[in-house]
Amino acid sequence: MTRNAATRDGYGQALLDLAGNEKVVVLEADLGKSTKSLHFRKAHPERTVSCGIGEQNMLLVGAGLASSGFIPFASTFAIFTERAFEQMRNGIARPNLAVHLCGSHGGTHTGTDGSSAQSIEDLAVFRTLPNVIVLHPSDDVSTRLLTMQLAETNAPSYMRTARNKTPVLYDDMDPSAIQIGKGIELMDGKDVAIIACGVLVSESLKAAEMLQKEGIHATVVDMHTLKPLDGKLIEALVQRCGALVTAEDHNVIGGLGSAVAEYLVSNIMAPLEMVGVKDRFGESGQADEMLDLMEISSEFIAKAAKRALSRK
Amino acid sequence: MSKSVAELQEMARKCRVEIVKMVHRAQAGHPGGSLSEIDLITALYATRMRIRPQEPKWPDRDRFILSKGHASPGMYSILAEMGFIEHEDLKSYRVLGGICQGHVDMKWCPGVDFSAGSLGMGLSFGMGCAVAARLENSNRRAFVMLGDGEMQEGSIWEAAMAAAHHELGNLKVILDRNRIQNDDFCEEQMRMFDIPAKWKSFGWNVKEIDGHNMSEILEGLDFLEAEENCNGPSILIAHTIKGAGVSYMENNPSFHGAAPNDEQFHQAMIELGEVEA
Ligand SMILES: Cc1ncc(C[n+]2csc(CCOP(=O)(O)OP(=O)(O)O)c2C)c(N)n1
Ligand SMILES: [Mg+2]
Repeated sequence: MTRNAATRDGYGQALLDLAGNEKVVVLEADLGKSTKSLHFRKAHPERTVSCGIGEQNMLLVGAGLASSGFIPFASTFAIFTERAFEQMRNGIARPNLAVHLCGSHGGTHTGTDGSSAQSIEDLAVFRTLPNVIVLHPSDDVSTRLLTMQLAETNAPSYMRTARNKTPVLYDDMDPSAIQIGKGIELMDGKDVAIIACGVLVSESLKAAEMLQKEGIHATVVDMHTLKPLDGKLIEALVQRCGALVTAEDHNVIGGLGSAVAEYLVSNIMAPLEMVGVKDRFGESGQADEMLDLMEISSEFIAKAAKRALSRK
Repeated sequence: MSKSVAELQEMARKCRVEIVKMVHRAQAGHPGGSLSEIDLITALYATRMRIRPQEPKWPDRDRFILSKGHASPGMYSILAEMGFIEHEDLKSYRVLGGICQGHVDMKWCPGVDFSAGSLGMGLSFGMGCAVAARLENSNRRAFVMLGDGEMQEGSIWEAAMAAAHHELGNLKVILDRNRIQNDDFCEEQMRMFDIPAKWKSFGWNVKEIDGHNMSEILEGLDFLEAEENCNGPSILIAHTIKGAGVSYMENNPSFHGAAPNDEQFHQAMIELGEVEA
């Protein structure tokens, strides 16, 4: 039986696991129940700072704490992290203060709240900031491990988590295989490589199974770290497969697809098909309905793989 | 325009029934803040707003901006009562392709003038509408509904300062002071101390009312419209109960953004006088 879980739960668990480090503090902006920092708040109210509904203030409070030697973890919905973009830019990234920002409920997969809540640009905007690590894990196990690693890094970060449950991929995985900056190969095939992040990793695995029935063998990679990007792995994938697909619940402009494309044009050329939200806003719908409406579910990933193959 | 207090109360009751039905059907959404605001919105729409439901884009209409856009079931229910949309449309709340999106959206639903969902944005937008009315020598007004948790956003205070600076007498705010936000009571999340004093010190005309007492609400709306209060922006601070009208939702932070189950739904319909016990 596959277990289903939401990545935001992995984040909440990691904060609890990190609580032994007295320097770890948690910042909230009235969404702790949703981002799952509430567990830390319950266990350690003295190290939890409620900032009310005030994301801009929250980020710079984090910067002040980081400059004083603390390790702040701040969270809100992915979409509302964007409201504090310039605080992140000038107050955190520029002085390179290790504030860890988590945006939950990312992407169109977040569902019926509708377009105002469906961030499709968060990965893009934070990827443009020097010094900032950008993560978008695919399951609760990897979210937990990556969050815990963040506490050890000396750089600011942005991590997107998802609201809704998806299949857990790493219950049986050796934890040392899950490292910031290293993509994870989940399936091995020589015809085409699908590089995905977040909720589209499990969709990509489904796509690979569909392709297998047609005799097409796909490699599937969980590229949970968008920045710094695992260029070595991309190079290996190009050499092995000769054609790539990226898949993300994010605008095709600026996200994982763009990151891979940027790498390819400067290093090693190969056909690339980018599966992502086609520069449009979402609407209210169930998570699975949204993936179909945005044309980013498994069948669209499989189709893109065939297009990439045909361009070899 | 001339509706009795009893008629308004009945209208608000019907809206409450629709609010609970919408959230129950969708098994998602925000009942608490919809039920706290509904008496205020009902009185505003039924007795004050200069609108033409058959011509939702009439340029000289008063604007209503639901800045706390998650409380959309409340707004959709009154739009249906006023005839902007059909009661049947309420079934499209949070359904793919439906005009009743999770958060009110001017691109989707007739009668909605502001695409909300991100808190702290509606007052600035309302100020823009008020400035536009002034530039066009129109006597239309902009009414903005704010949440109390929402008031914690810094942008609210940028707008509050600017609106007073520009003496926008055609900008009128109603604050749904239900004392609860998403995670908890405001008192736990972020204390706001003397709210009327804050607005007064920003240069606003301020009045406090009981936001569930229909006669007081009408007096409050009189205050917003009074000639002597059109020298600058005005705010009605309405003390309300989050979840008002459904006992188990009242003053309960859990029903900020959660739907009732079937049993709770049935109980709500009894309490709202829709079905017999
Ligand atoms: C900028 C922003 N931050 C966070 C949220 C998430 N959120 C939605 S409703 C809510 C609480 C709102 O409380 P309040 O304004 O008091 O509304 P009400 O009690 O009337 O429902 C929060 C934090 C949001 N919509 N926008
Ligand atoms: Mg409130």
